Amino acid sequence: MSSLPVTTLAPPRPASEVSSSLRAADPHSRRRRRRSRVMRTVLLAGMIAAMIPLALILIEVGRRGANAFGWSFLTQTEPPFRREGGGYLQGLVGTFYMVTFATAMSVPLGIMAAVYLVEYGRGWLARVIRFFTDVMTGVPSVFVGLFVYALLIRDIGFGTFVGALALSVIMLPIVVRSSEEMLKLVPEDQRAASAALGARRWQTIVKVVLPTARPGLVTGAMLAVARAAGETAPLLLTALGALSVVTAVQGTPQSALTLLIYDGATQPFAPGQQRAWAGALLLLGIVFVFTAVARFVSSRSTVRPD
Amino acid sequence: MTSAPPGRASALQATGAGRYADPLFKWAAITAGVSVLAVLGLMIGSTTADAWPVFQYQGFVDFFVNDEWRAGFSRTDFTGEYGAFSFIFGTLVVALIAIVLALPLALAVSLYITRLAPRRMKGPLAYTVELLAAVPSVVYGLWGLLYFVPTFLRPVMELLSAALAPVPLLGTFFAGPVYSTNYLAAGTVLAIMILPIITAISREVIAQVPPEQVQAAYGLGATDWEVMRKIILRRSFPGVVGATMLGLGRALGETIAVAMLIGGSQRWGLSLFFGGDAMAAHIANTFQDAAPETVQALIAIGVGLFIITVIVNVLARLLVWRIGRVAGDAAL
Amino acid sequence: MTAPIRAMLSMLVLALIATACAANGDAGDPTAAQEDDQQPAAAETDVDDDADRAPAAAASLDGAGATFPTPLFQDWIFEYEAEVNPEASINYQSIGSGGGIEQFLSQTVDFGSSERYLDDETLTEAQAARGCSAIQFPVVFGAVTIAFHDQEFDDLILDAETIAAIFQREITTFDDPAIAALNPDRDLPDADIIPVHRSDGSGTTSVFTVYLDHTADNWELGEGTEVQWPSGTLGGQGNEGVTAQIQQNPGGLGYVNQAYALENQLPTARVVNDDGNAIKAELENTTEAAEEAEIPGSFQFDILDIGGEGFPIAGTNWIFAWECGYDDDTAALLRDFWSWAVSEEGDSLALDLGYAPLGSALKDDVLAAVERINIQQ
Repeated sequence: MSSLPVTTLAPPRPASEVSSSLRAADPHSRRRRRRSRVMRTVLLAGMIAAMIPLALILIEVGRRGANAFGWSFLTQTEPPFRREGGGYLQGLVGTFYMVTFATAMSVPLGIMAAVYLVEYGRGWLARVIRFFTDVMTGVPSVFVGLFVYALLIRDIGFGTFVGALALSVIMLPIVVRSSEEMLKLVPEDQRAASAALGARRWQTIVKVVLPTARPGLVTGAMLAVARAAGETAPLLLTALGALSVVTAVQGTPQSALTLLIYDGATQPFAPGQQRAWAGALLLLGIVFVFTAVARFVSSRSTVRPD
Repeated sequence: MTSAPPGRASALQATGAGRYADPLFKWAAITAGVSVLAVLGLMIGSTTADAWPVFQYQGFVDFFVNDEWRAGFSRTDFTGEYGAFSFIFGTLVVALIAIVLALPLALAVSLYITRLAPRRMKGPLAYTVELLAAVPSVVYGLWGLLYFVPTFLRPVMELLSAALAPVPLLGTFFAGPVYSTNYLAAGTVLAIMILPIITAISREVIAQVPPEQVQAAYGLGATDWEVMRKIILRRSFPGVVGATMLGLGRALGETIAVAMLIGGSQRWGLSLFFGGDAMAAHIANTFQDAAPETVQALIAIGVGLFIITVIVNVLARLLVWRIGRVAGDAAL
Repeated sequence: MTAPIRAMLSMLVLALIATACAANGDAGDPTAAQEDDQQPAAAETDVDDDADRAPAAAASLDGAGATFPTPLFQDWIFEYEAEVNPEASINYQSIGSGGGIEQFLSQTVDFGSSERYLDDETLTEAQAARGCSAIQFPVVFGAVTIAFHDQEFDDLILDAETIAAIFQREITTFDDPAIAALNPDRDLPDADIIPVHRSDGSGTTSVFTVYLDHTADNWELGEGTEVQWPSGTLGGQGNEGVTAQIQQNPGGLGYVNQAYALENQLPTARVVNDDGNAIKAELENTTEAAEEAEIPGSFQFDILDIGGEGFPIAGTNWIFAWECGYDDDTAALLRDFWSWAVSEEGDSLALDLGYAPLGSALKDDVLAAVERINIQQ
């Protein structure tokens, strides 16, 4: 019994290799091992099958997207669908504008909410908030769009602000949950040390806990940004779309990369569809860069999950 | 507060301002926490207020079981007919297709990554599958609509229809004609979209199976497959169900990719090749063109969808929570 | 030091600014918010009545509505901004006819567009909402054609009753006696017809079903952007979805926007009109349809019962604007853009895309209506 730890530390060896000589003669065992081999192959096949869609998406978006992609794609607005050339400038501006706005609204609020959950929340209120934050992550994004429409659009019209508001509602629970996980990973010792130096609670949080968790918080925020940049449905109901660059904060319909891709994909003219592929390439690039940087930041952090 | 004196230690000392700042900060944090609830409450409140007259007009039960949807054009009154059954049916069918296709694959991937993959491949493999979750749904829609469905899926669907339509009973579900965009097309692309969610959580759950049990099974002479089937899958069953439910929640609420691939009609059909519509997709497809009364009816669909997804999500969380909270899935 | 607090404060400030701007935009004038950013620098030079060819610099318009004329509207806007008035910025969102009326009445856009005209009741409602009359005028006509999979059916003659029967699955083969009677010189094959319709709600379906509902006695499915098609018909999402279905299915027969049938060079039917002439959906025939229609001064009309050389399945697109409430720049741009759109330059773009421009008599009436924009200041 005392020798067991040795086996638990070692990677699980296939039992068949260890004791094959003992059971090679047993036909029942041979059938079982053959079956195991078959299933290993099946699982490998499943693994490969799961890779195929990603490969197909990357190849197709890369191949078709590259056709219409170029400097002018980033610096020009979209011409009519049936005409060649032009780009998604208004969508790039709109996405950047709304996501920045949404980040400014949701990230500070989300981090403060996470501070409450980790630093102050002990009782039923914290449990309720935690539970409903989880519920909120599962709310369909189109429902968020409906909500903003029902609440505001009939009074103040379409525009950047209402689009950003919808995105911020989608980002909020993501920020709260990821920030909460990160704050929980800050060692209790650090809080105790800070308190021992005479710091008040808020000073401990602002000067010790939050800086320690910063890389993790940044990671969470960036993942939320990546998610928001890829949203279409809520913007369809709030930003509506635009043909030219829109700088107005509210009252004028705003464009977004995702809206342009959606429109381009669902109309019949080939040049418009080509631009939709190029837009998809651009959007995938943005989202992947954000995801990758988020992972990089969290991997350099001393406080991180895993 | 902002002009802290030099030196870390002194910055941490309790100052006069700090005395008031402490409760202030606490209340700011509480306010932020409560605001999450407030947003959710406002969300439910404002949409339900809009949906309520529709439920009254159509009848609450009738709204969900009637399959007649006729948009009205009135600005002040209700004149149309609002039975959302076709869309509820579409949502369920598409989600079911997605789960049926994605679950076995997700299990295979999680088992392969946790039990069979070479150690240094585990991370990259997991990361690659999770990349699928980062692809925005409009890109799935574009790819499905202009490439995957016409190039790959359409010939397969034609074959399936030709081969299975004559079979009694089963044939009902594979009867032609094959619409250019249909339930199966939307469901298949949706399966790819929820694959990373189910995989990520299943992987975590599988990794939590106590290694002692696994070792003990190997010690008794079990093969790899026997260990996976009899120990790992059995132990992690509730967690896998929870993971599937989370995938289901996502599948029910997915909007834009489904809207682009499902057909966009107001009817339903038993054939997988019929072009119907789903709840979320119908909202996105018709919202902009709707008169006020229809907007309210669409918001009512949204409320129905919200209720369904919340129930599914809560059940999923309860199941996953039993094994311990899974970190990081919020980002999916 | 207090980064989160600072960030929260700045967030609050941003939200306040946004709400302020939003409230501004709400105050009766839908363009108020954008005027904040775009200085109407040249406003003073352009207030005179005859500013037709020189509207204010940097003025902008928001419009929304029907999807049926979208390719044309996009081209009009593109050409206008490129060739006529580089300072203008015009945005048109194709959200559907219902949405066009809706956004116009709720005054979130400067102009609306629809395949339905505003009836008297809606006009009264509009008057109450804005405090002055709404103006509506047609700008273009478009045909819905019957397209085939097989090249051999090009120019096949159909009438409203046979089209209705085909889509109701009462006629299922090309050699049906009803089709044979219309095409006595043709040797029709015993091939199955696969009717293809739009599965999503659309203006194209609306034009098509309004025509059948009015013209064919045997049509039972009613009219609208979407109707309950019988089983055995195929659905395609969007014009491109319908075209794909037609192209993929031997025996396919479907209705598509003429602009798109031209683009894809699909074989199309001749349709029998009110005078018994079998007409090909070619541009002059759609214009002819418009000339044939009796159009009242209120512009409340449907192009039905088309005779002569007119192609019978046609729809009209209306633009809605107001007699008051625009600032001078916006009004000048509205007048200038729409009078340009119905000018000869605009007409040639319409013809390129398979839309039929207004006839010359109608054009004068429309220009008179355009001049009423913002007439009450």
